[in-house]
Amino acid sequence: MVAANGDIRTSYREIADWLVSQPKGGLKQKARDAEAIFRRLGITFAVYGSNEANERLIPFDIVPRIISAAEWRKLERGIEQRVRAMNAFLHDIYHRQEIIRAGRVPEALILQNSAFCPQMIDQDPALGVYSHIIGVDLVRVAENEFYVLEDNLRTPSGVSYMIEDREAMMRLVPELFARYRVAPVEHYPENLRRTLQSVAPPNCAGDPTIVVLTPGIYNSAFFEHSFLADEMGVELCQGDDLYVDDGCVYMRTTQKPKRVDVIYRRIDDDFLDPLTFRPDSTLGVPGLFAAYRAGNVTIVNAPGTGIADDKAVYTYVPQIIEFYTGEKPILNNVPTYNCANDEERNYVLDHLEELVVKEVHGSGGYGMMVGPTSTRKMRAEFAKRIKARPNNYIVQPTLALSTCPTFIEKGIAPRHVDLRPFVLVGDRIRITPGGLTRVALKKGSLVVNSSQGGGTKDTWILED
Amino acid sequence: MLGRTASSLYWLCRHMERAENLARLLDVGYRMSLEPVLDGSEREQWDSTLQAAAMASAFFERHDSVALPQIRDFMLFDETNSSSVRSCLTQARSNARSVRTAITTEMWESINTTWLEFSRIRPSSISVNDLPTLLDWIKRNTAQFRGAMLNTILRNDGYSFCQLGTFNERADNTARILDVKYYVLLPRNEFVGSEFDNRQWSMILRAASAHRSYRHVYRDRYKAWNIADFLILRSEMPRSLAHCYRWIDTTLRDLENFYGARYQCHDIGQAIHDELKNGDMEVVFQKGLHEFLGGFISSNNALGASIAENYNFF
Repeated sequence: MVAANGDIRTSYREIADWLVSQPKGGLKQKARDAEAIFRRLGITFAVYGSNEANERLIPFDIVPRIISAAEWRKLERGIEQRVRAMNAFLHDIYHRQEIIRAGRVPEALILQNSAFCPQMIDQDPALGVYSHIIGVDLVRVAENEFYVLEDNLRTPSGVSYMIEDREAMMRLVPELFARYRVAPVEHYPENLRRTLQSVAPPNCAGDPTIVVLTPGIYNSAFFEHSFLADEMGVELCQGDDLYVDDGCVYMRTTQKPKRVDVIYRRIDDDFLDPLTFRPDSTLGVPGLFAAYRAGNVTIVNAPGTGIADDKAVYTYVPQIIEFYTGEKPILNNVPTYNCANDEERNYVLDHLEELVVKEVHGSGGYGMMVGPTSTRKMRAEFAKRIKARPNNYIVQPTLALSTCPTFIEKGIAPRHVDLRPFVLVGDRIRITPGGLTRVALKKGSLVVNSSQGGGTKDTWILED
Repeated sequence: MLGRTASSLYWLCRHMERAENLARLLDVGYRMSLEPVLDGSEREQWDSTLQAAAMASAFFERHDSVALPQIRDFMLFDETNSSSVRSCLTQARSNARSVRTAITTEMWESINTTWLEFSRIRPSSISVNDLPTLLDWIKRNTAQFRGAMLNTILRNDGYSFCQLGTFNERADNTARILDVKYYVLLPRNEFVGSEFDNRQWSMILRAASAHRSYRHVYRDRYKAWNIADFLILRSEMPRSLAHCYRWIDTTLRDLENFYGARYQCHDIGQAIHDELKNGDMEVVFQKGLHEFLGGFISSNNALGASIAENYNFF
């Protein structure tokens, strides 16, 4: 929130005044009120391997994160360019593979990648869209300077927090909304429904039947699945609510079976259909993939999108954007070292203390090492692993992440934040002005994942 | 509506109803334990409470002796007892969570808050003296849930499945309370009216929250015949079998109109309703009260199974 010259950024001035004007204990009370609201509404996430009593709340911070209209406009353009390119890339990879023929990405990187889904070859999803719902993880390092950390093209979560954090803020600090013109986010579910409708199979007559497919109440993001189904007014299904008959998908209702046209699935590719993917999956729907191949149902996001947000493919995204759009990327990738290259690997091994090491297939903040906060022992361990399997790691410089004032036990202190705006791709691209701001609650920490002690903040995109 | 959604609504309301009934049964058991034992042993007294709750065999598998603390823990807190209040609330909340889209915010907040608060209670912190307060709390919260349901839910098929769950469970419960003590209700006792009988009758009425309303309806001292009549055939008594089946019959008709289809469950429901509506205590006693109640309990179960099958609960 502080500019390079040490002044408080214009956009945060009102917040600073407001924070100063709060009575003693006022913020603490609001933080407690927020927790009570979330718990009563059941906005919890389950922790794997623990029983129901261990449903946790993701900590919510009541100081909003503010992004100016000008910065947001640039972000929007960059995100739109990126998601167009990524969908074009997916289409190409599962058809003619021009980008490989042109030598812009190595063949082995794609074809031998476990995220590549050969079953998707020559499949033509409605409107040519593969990844319909995308959550782009960004960090801000300076005025107008954002880096993309990850593209999240599979089944990104967190959008319910974007909406519920805003609801909570409007209840807790209505006076702040009077001081700022904050772009609303509440229309996201309506946009999601329109996006899903627009990608119904071409042979679907009339109003398409949409469902949300969830693994069930023990999934960590179940609240979100149920929230989105409710907000869109569609059924929330589990795998055994659906079945395939004669190449079409139906849901079991209290009356006649009902044909399903669009499935917004929140289960991973591997579990979608035991006849095509993992045979031991009990979460999916047997025969679903064949119905999809026959063009009788749309699966959102399409299977096989993981190849485009694979960490090893990430380093090629700038080339991918240029290849399909003919433009320079508007948003930067974080510079990434390729450990398979001797020179770069040697640099990495000499500078581990300054770098961030991530496992290619890791997620949720696991399997990574943040150099500046690492111990000598951890660095030795990671050096050994990098030498043994250089292709299994990507290495990036530690970014001077932007911080945001955050309420902690002792008062207000700066904490590192990232940003995940949500993008919808269907008949057009819809970007909600807002997103999920995750905050690393531990002092100095750069890891914002909720599984590692991260929290969330409401994100305010200002209107001019 | 998904078959699973219908099933979850039905079971959500059944479990809430069951939790309420358990609290009432335990309350009666607790009162009896404060009074001197008149007939048989303490064990026999508790045995009837456990039988009315349909958990006697499960209890005696785990415990050799019987006393209030064990009963309290088993009926309220034991997670291995699938009918304990804790299990009922947990299952009700799981059902509610899986159909958040089909219930109102008020219903969700009511069951969620009840579950959260109950989860925080440490059984060891509940002394015998605290028990009535806790049981009142359970009755109050389950009543609040039902109030939230009746006040906020749309009158469509979802509402019908909620009502079927509630009244299917309540009818089962009332029939069990009567059946466990059927022998004190036989007409031969009519002229005896010993202190023992009086206490047994009072217990039966209390377990159905009917000891006050009895006086309003009969304006007389407790009589076995009246008590059986009150809890079986009087449809104005909200826990009577006749009342439950008046609702079940109405609700099944609503579903028939809503979906435009009639199934086996409609015939079963209507048959039971007709039998109660045209019932006569004379006939019931001639047939044998115990036989009548046993027959009712199994027909009531058959109705539940048939609803599940006809509406694809799976």
